[in-house]
Amino acid sequence: MRRLADAAHRFVQSRVFYPAVFLGCLWPGAALVRRTMHGDLGVNPVETLLHESGRAALMLLLFTLTITPIRRLTGWNRVQRVRRLVGVWSFVYALSHFLIYVVFNHLGDVRAIWADVTERRFIFVGMLALVILAVLAATSTNGMMRRLGRRWQRLHRLVYVAATAGIVHFVWGQKADIREPLWWAAFLAILFAVRLFYAWRQRRPRPSSAV
Amino acid sequence: MVIRIRQSCDIPFSAVTPEPVYRSRREFMRLAAATAGFSIGAACRAPAATAEAQGGLAAQRNPQFVVPDRVNSYEHITTYNNFYEFGTEKSDPARHAGRLRVAPWTVKVDGLVGKPGDYALEDLINFKALEERVYRLRCVEAWSMVIPWIGVPLADVLKKVEPQPAAQFVEFTTLLRPSEMPGQRTNVLEWPYIEGLRLNEAMHPLTFAVVGLYGKVLPNQNGAPLRIHSPWKYGFKGAKSIVRIRLTRDQPRTAWNISAPHEYGFYANVNPNVPHPRWSQARERRLPDFFASTPTQMFNGYADQVAGLYTGLDLTRNY
Repeated sequence: MRRLADAAHRFVQSRVFYPAVFLGCLWPGAALVRRTMHGDLGVNPVETLLHESGRAALMLLLFTLTITPIRRLTGWNRVQRVRRLVGVWSFVYALSHFLIYVVFNHLGDVRAIWADVTERRFIFVGMLALVILAVLAATSTNGMMRRLGRRWQRLHRLVYVAATAGIVHFVWGQKADIREPLWWAAFLAILFAVRLFYAWRQRRPRPSSAV
Repeated sequence: MVIRIRQSCDIPFSAVTPEPVYRSRREFMRLAAATAGFSIGAACRAPAATAEAQGGLAAQRNPQFVVPDRVNSYEHITTYNNFYEFGTEKSDPARHAGRLRVAPWTVKVDGLVGKPGDYALEDLINFKALEERVYRLRCVEAWSMVIPWIGVPLADVLKKVEPQPAAQFVEFTTLLRPSEMPGQRTNVLEWPYIEGLRLNEAMHPLTFAVVGLYGKVLPNQNGAPLRIHSPWKYGFKGAKSIVRIRLTRDQPRTAWNISAPHEYGFYANVNPNVPHPRWSQARERRLPDFFASTPTQMFNGYADQVAGLYTGLDLTRNY
């Protein structure tokens, strides 16, 4: 166990860590492209594309939120390096999800899409998540971080809203069986609980500091 | 954005029917028709017997009930459908239905009928009068297929059990058998699945009691051994693996209506003008198309035959 942890730490410290995470994020998309080219998406190809792209977006978004707890738990500060990378990939999948819906479900009909967004809460929350992810992706560069300074972190707390909206979109999109999105929701709830715990521990007065 | 849409019906039906088995069967039908003058009985009987041994079902195509659209392949029809008794994924029925035992099969007929009782399937369905019909199936989820069903008009079945004058509705109950239907071990819907029709809908010549598909006995995943299809209604109205038919005075409580009453009504007539709360019903995806480019027709294109059933009824409220 100890040796496994050491190996994992060495991997995180190594030069291949960043490219490995990059390839890992690319994987679900590459698999979908491959299946599309082989006609291997099943009887309802667009449904498969929509479900899998949405699932990838949500998975990576929750992964970005898992990175800080992992760092705190292990003290491996370098995991933090891939957080923005994974977040931008989440946006890429969310955008693909949206474009598949625009092109194949609505044939690019802007009015029909607008009607969907305004009349259907299920679509509205999904769109809300997408817009937030777009803003966060656009401000994810080093330059934007410098320019926004302290405000950057406050802006990027919106990721919690995006994750919640994404899961609500998943729940509301289901016909009857909400077991899978509820697992995602449970995972997000744990992430929230971990954050609350750290926030509470930071605020607690430390008796040792008193002289 | 301009997108050139290929309508699936641009392709002539004869050119694209994919199933080789199906094609050879049609070939045989034509030959049989050509020799009808002297020996149709003999010509039909011999190959039919062989076909039945392989799960085949002999049935004459009824040209009155054949839509000109491209027919979906046997594989499409049998690997992608909703049958929540086997799971909520579209691939679950094909994956899990193999374990279901469908013989012997008894259908309980009760309620307001002159001849109630437990009927063996063969006593309820006249297997010598089977016909083939090519129907559109429009799912409430905005996808659709075109399916060559085999069966008999449900009216023929109901007449046999003699509905009483007071009967207004027909209620269908699907088999409850969690040991062979793994989806029934979770409460995604209220089990057993119950569906229903108004009696005049059930007696309508379009409403079909289905026992076969593509010249074969109905596969388990599609609702063996007996299911209903009213092609002007959304697919979920067609109860599958029916074990009970009850005639009633009052409107039956139906599974999807119980689960989400604001989304699934009792009527569930295909209607492009009444959106589902979560999506528009104006267009549909004719599988396996990518584009949802097929305009949905009122009553799924069967308006000339069924619109009369609903004169005076507010179809927006009675969705």
